Amino acid sequence: MLLRFVPKNTNIDFIGKRYMAFVLSAIILIGSVALLFTKGLNFGIDFTGGTLIEIQVLQEQPDLGSLRNDLNALELGTISIQEFGAPNNLLIRLPQQGEDSFAQQEAIETTKETLDGIFEEGIEYRRIEFVGPQVGEELQKKGMYAVLFSILGMLVYIWFRFEWQFSAAAIIALVHDSLATIGLFALTQMEFNLSTVAAILMIAGYSINDTVVVFDRIRENLRKYKKMPVTELLNKSVNNTLSRTIMTSITTLLALAALWAFGGEVIRGFVNALIFGIVIGTYSSIFVAAPILTFLNIRHKKQDAESSDNPEEVKA
Amino acid sequence: MINIPRWKVILVIIICAFGLVYSLPNVIGSNARDFIAQNLPGFVPQKTVNLGLDLQGGSHLLLQVDLESVLVERSEGLVSTLRPELRSNKIGYRRLSDTQADGDFGVRITLRDEADFEATRQIIRDIDNTLLIDNDAGQVSAIFSQEAIDEIESQTIDQSIEIIRRRIDETGTREPVIQRQGDDRILVQLPGLDDPQRIKDLLGTTAKLTFHLVEEGVSASTSTMILPMAENPTQTISIMRRAELSGDMLVNAQVGQDQGGQPAVTFRFDAIGAKRFAKFSTENVGRLFAIVLDNEVISAPVIREPIIGGAGQISGSFSIKEASDLALLLRAGALPAPLSILEERSVGPSLGADSVEAGKIASAIGLIGVLIFMASSYGRFGLYANVALVVNMALIFAILSSLQATLTLPGIAGIVLTIGMAVDANVLIFERIKEEIDNGRSPMSAVDAGFSRAMSTIIDANLTTLIAATILYSFGTGPIKGFSVTLAIGIATSFFSAIMVTRLLVVHWLKTNKPSSLKI
Repeated sequence: MLLRFVPKNTNIDFIGKRYMAFVLSAIILIGSVALLFTKGLNFGIDFTGGTLIEIQVLQEQPDLGSLRNDLNALELGTISIQEFGAPNNLLIRLPQQGEDSFAQQEAIETTKETLDGIFEEGIEYRRIEFVGPQVGEELQKKGMYAVLFSILGMLVYIWFRFEWQFSAAAIIALVHDSLATIGLFALTQMEFNLSTVAAILMIAGYSINDTVVVFDRIRENLRKYKKMPVTELLNKSVNNTLSRTIMTSITTLLALAALWAFGGEVIRGFVNALIFGIVIGTYSSIFVAAPILTFLNIRHKKQDAESSDNPEEVKA
Repeated sequence: MINIPRWKVILVIIICAFGLVYSLPNVIGSNARDFIAQNLPGFVPQKTVNLGLDLQGGSHLLLQVDLESVLVERSEGLVSTLRPELRSNKIGYRRLSDTQADGDFGVRITLRDEADFEATRQIIRDIDNTLLIDNDAGQVSAIFSQEAIDEIESQTIDQSIEIIRRRIDETGTREPVIQRQGDDRILVQLPGLDDPQRIKDLLGTTAKLTFHLVEEGVSASTSTMILPMAENPTQTISIMRRAELSGDMLVNAQVGQDQGGQPAVTFRFDAIGAKRFAKFSTENVGRLFAIVLDNEVISAPVIREPIIGGAGQISGSFSIKEASDLALLLRAGALPAPLSILEERSVGPSLGADSVEAGKIASAIGLIGVLIFMASSYGRFGLYANVALVVNMALIFAILSSLQATLTLPGIAGIVLTIGMAVDANVLIFERIKEEIDNGRSPMSAVDAGFSRAMSTIIDANLTTLIAATILYSFGTGPIKGFSVTLAIGIATSFFSAIMVTRLLVVHWLKTNKPSSLKI
């Protein structure tokens, strides 16, 4: 017997519940923007500049409190220390030391010397990342451009392939998903760094991908059922593709779950973002993208395909 | 869609075989790889995926060359060449200085008598006829043209790269990547490096070595300057501005010992240097001379007797490590301009190895999870999709290996994500087949419709993700680029495997078994 996650011939009234979904989405979006302005994002050194040192203490159990005191005594600004994956794995962040990269290098050296002095049994430097203020600014800019250009790129593609109503709805869904993910980062104060930007782009890609599948079906059904009321037609299309939407989300989430559990601490933040994005992307293509079409007159164009069941599909 | 021409079948099989054969070196152990390399002909694939610095450990350093300092230095040089020339030609001036206003570099002269302008211009022309000369009522300026500045800058960068390469080679680091990036930056990648500190120290030193006469008890003037002693920076010494000799005349430098048995650096001048050193030491017996490294006086010994052989020694209470690093720096030569580190990303070998291990486990478990899920959801069809997925994985690794693209940790994440998303095309097709069967079609016709109708959707869906990957590639740096590369390759290969491979298997089964109903 084969598994079935979505029963055959579902007929769930997604479109009828659109106002509920819109309220929910509005709460998510307003919440995200509000969080963005109040709490803000916890930018990583990629964007702020600064230094990150990951160490593994080989023998003893590090005492974070005393370590914090010892490092703050160096007067290098606020040094943050956190456990990373294991109790003897520590992540140490040094703030930007002015505009001078020599000062920063010296700060790294002093910190290393101090650490070597504290842990006599030895430590291993697993990772040192230093981003100067100039590069930080550039990476900020690059990240922003990347997000803007990819949204633009997808917009152009969708605009070529679909009517403007679909493009508008797809872009709304895409912005919805990206903004919600950014909101999640503001809410949880997870570190927002370069890989987060990559994750947001991926989410944008997935969101569009999911939306396109539903829209393709809507377009097909528009040709097939010329007399069907739009609400019913949208519902039918979402239900037609529901099984696929859920199946693909499950396989992608399965892979991501493996990555989350076994992929190591370094990319966990990245995977967190992706998992959230896949979930919200799936939600938005069902509850946001398709329902928005009810407000945009999609049945205005001249119908071309006469036969309602022609296997040779007319490609747009 | 049901009838696949024979050439297509053969092509699909060839591509699958390519994928399997070329991805194989990544799976077999390094012993087996060595065996292949030694005993089998060269066309047998043996390349493996190139691991990024975050996976094999190593350092990524982005350096900035201080180009302005070179231009300032050139301007100052121009002033010191010009001064004696103006004097010997009896041209009176109120002021002669270097200038660096508004990005213009050069000299500015305030003439006493504007009538001297023509003569001044001739003198400047003789020194450097590319200078842009301007006269504003006796205020003469001679600045470097944009072409000259570009030339100086590109020379400086090239020279810096050369010196960096020499210094890094001297430390025995394997396969460094050193390349220019943008206008004034140099990217240095050092795979497999444990401790980047030494390299950073080496690159942070300009290592400009000069020899000056000491002029005791005078304050700084146009001809003398006051420099701190390296050992004790509060102590200063005044020396002649003009350098008698410089480090570029050295042919060799080694660690040795001074008379007291302390580590020291012994060096040898080239022919010109030796001659000059002999002349200089002969003329100044009994005086002090200063050995200056990067504007610090390392030592200021007395010239006891003329030094003829061209060999010398620098001692200054070094540790052995300091002495050998200084010797290395002198051998490799001075940097034309100071370097500063703009960005550093160093990963220790243990974290790299952990990440590779974690990546392997995560991909294996993700893959197995998806395989089981597909088989239990779509039965026989799921198995076909699974074959396609495995082919897809093989193709990704085959392409990564033969292109020698770099696999990074986010790249592994991209592959795992591809595992999840690659089956999407098959899910689309299978769901469509299900629908067509529910609409009462025969198995053959349902499969045919399933493949052909899902096609445009699959293309749309893949292209949008490809757009995201491409933009990520053009804006991303380092590891993020790796993510977009594997993602883009994964999209391309999954398109092939999910459509061509699965279809081949499904159609073959349909034709040989002619089932009357489909279980999907």
